[in-house]
Amino acid sequence: MPETIPCSDRVLLNDWHVVADRSMLSPHAPIFTRLLGVDLRIDSSDRHGTQLVRADTGETVKTVTKYGFVWACLGTPERDILYIPQADEPDRYLVTGGSIAVKVSGLRAVENFLDMGHFPFVHTGWLGDEPHTEVAPYRVELTEDGEVLATDCKFYQPVASPTATEGFIVDYVYKVIRPYTVALYKSNPIQKERLDVITLFVQPVDEENCVAHPFLCYLREGIDEASIRSFMQLIFAQDKPILENQMPKRLPLDPRAETPIRADAVSVYYRRWLRDRAVTYGAIPARP
Amino acid sequence: MITLYDYELSGNCYKLRLLMSILGIDYKTVPVDFYPGREHKSDWFLRLNPLGQLPVIDDDGFVLRDAQAILVYLASKYDASGTWYPRDNPELLGQISQWLAFADGITSTSSAARLHDGMFYDFDIETVRAGAHRLFRILDEHLWFGEQEGRDWLCSADHPTIADIACFPYIMLSEEGGISRQDYPAIRRWCDRVKRIKGFVVMSGVFPAGPAKAA
Repeated sequence: MPETIPCSDRVLLNDWHVVADRSMLSPHAPIFTRLLGVDLRIDSSDRHGTQLVRADTGETVKTVTKYGFVWACLGTPERDILYIPQADEPDRYLVTGGSIAVKVSGLRAVENFLDMGHFPFVHTGWLGDEPHTEVAPYRVELTEDGEVLATDCKFYQPVASPTATEGFIVDYVYKVIRPYTVALYKSNPIQKERLDVITLFVQPVDEENCVAHPFLCYLREGIDEASIRSFMQLIFAQDKPILENQMPKRLPLDPRAETPIRADAVSVYYRRWLRDRAVTYGAIPARP
Repeated sequence: MITLYDYELSGNCYKLRLLMSILGIDYKTVPVDFYPGREHKSDWFLRLNPLGQLPVIDDDGFVLRDAQAILVYLASKYDASGTWYPRDNPELLGQISQWLAFADGITSTSSAARLHDGMFYDFDIETVRAGAHRLFRILDEHLWFGEQEGRDWLCSADHPTIADIACFPYIMLSEEGGISRQDYPAIRRWCDRVKRIKGFVVMSGVFPAGPAKAA
């Protein structure tokens, strides 16, 4: 069973990962989950707060709560949980979108999140529509902070958001912030000069299973939280069966493994970026 | 105007959206934050349905809960053709009721497995999967023998009924609960026939039928 192989990627072991939506915690029953192949038990109480314990060794795991999620670090944190500036803006909802388990490597989930090419076929009538299937060329670059940034992404979307009343060409910016964290910045349908932000924190459960924890920073104008969650889940649940049928379940990093097209520029960049950072967990490493 | 208290990923809400689309009924939806918000257990929702379950409809003040009951109501009231719930045919009505109850069995097995795998619900996964396979086997044989007799649908009629609509969603979503339909070819053919009903709509996780094959 591939999921029993322990993770040896320092960049992942020494980073923070979301392991639960805080609203799912209950003082009456623990939550059981798994991170990087390690079974965890999450207890919470008013008196002791949130506690995480490894099932294998009984050791306590470092944990913090932020953005409505419970975070865990199995090793020694080398950096803070990422900072989302839009989360400080008072006219936004901060919504956890509903954590959904997916039977595929979390790296596949990140890559799918970056892909515009599938919009007309998987999100038909919402994020895309035939015959508007062309992905126009866009820019991909590395930021000063070492993130993958895709800009100038434009796509015609019939229903781009919960408040959209007509189709329009949506401007996107994508950013891969950490190996298992990706964000999407998308023009708001009412205040078109401002951006709604969806950050997808992917929990690597094991190499072939993940939990997608979306975090949405949406402008409040003209929308309610239930509609934001509903739309996020509508879209993500369209991706889920596609993701779960991807073979192999882990992401191949060898440039010869799967044949990209021009629209996949960001995905090609992401795979190379993972190789450069020696991320192997959830991946099929490139042949030497 | 009908108001549907709705959750996008609920197969039981979807079957109502599906029938209303087929019958051309106008309706509006109120999204209920089922997951992770558990809004169906909130005070305001429990006043609407003390069972704390979706879906619920409000048809100009007439409030009704339970997906199967709502299918009966909608077809009885709004189906001008009278074929989806044929009130003057006792045998057919009996068969429809039988399959509506069967649909509840699919919910408590196949839907439970999907909630377990995708949303961390605490079910005994092996038990609910085995339960779903038992029902799928019975359904597959029923459909296979029906095909031998020239019957395309669950009930003995030459047209679909609300029984087909009631059973369809959580069969179609079964793979999200780790329940493969590989061994049920008659179920797969029947699913394709349901997808070709005029007015068919999808939900997330359900894809439209491919191009029709020559018979």
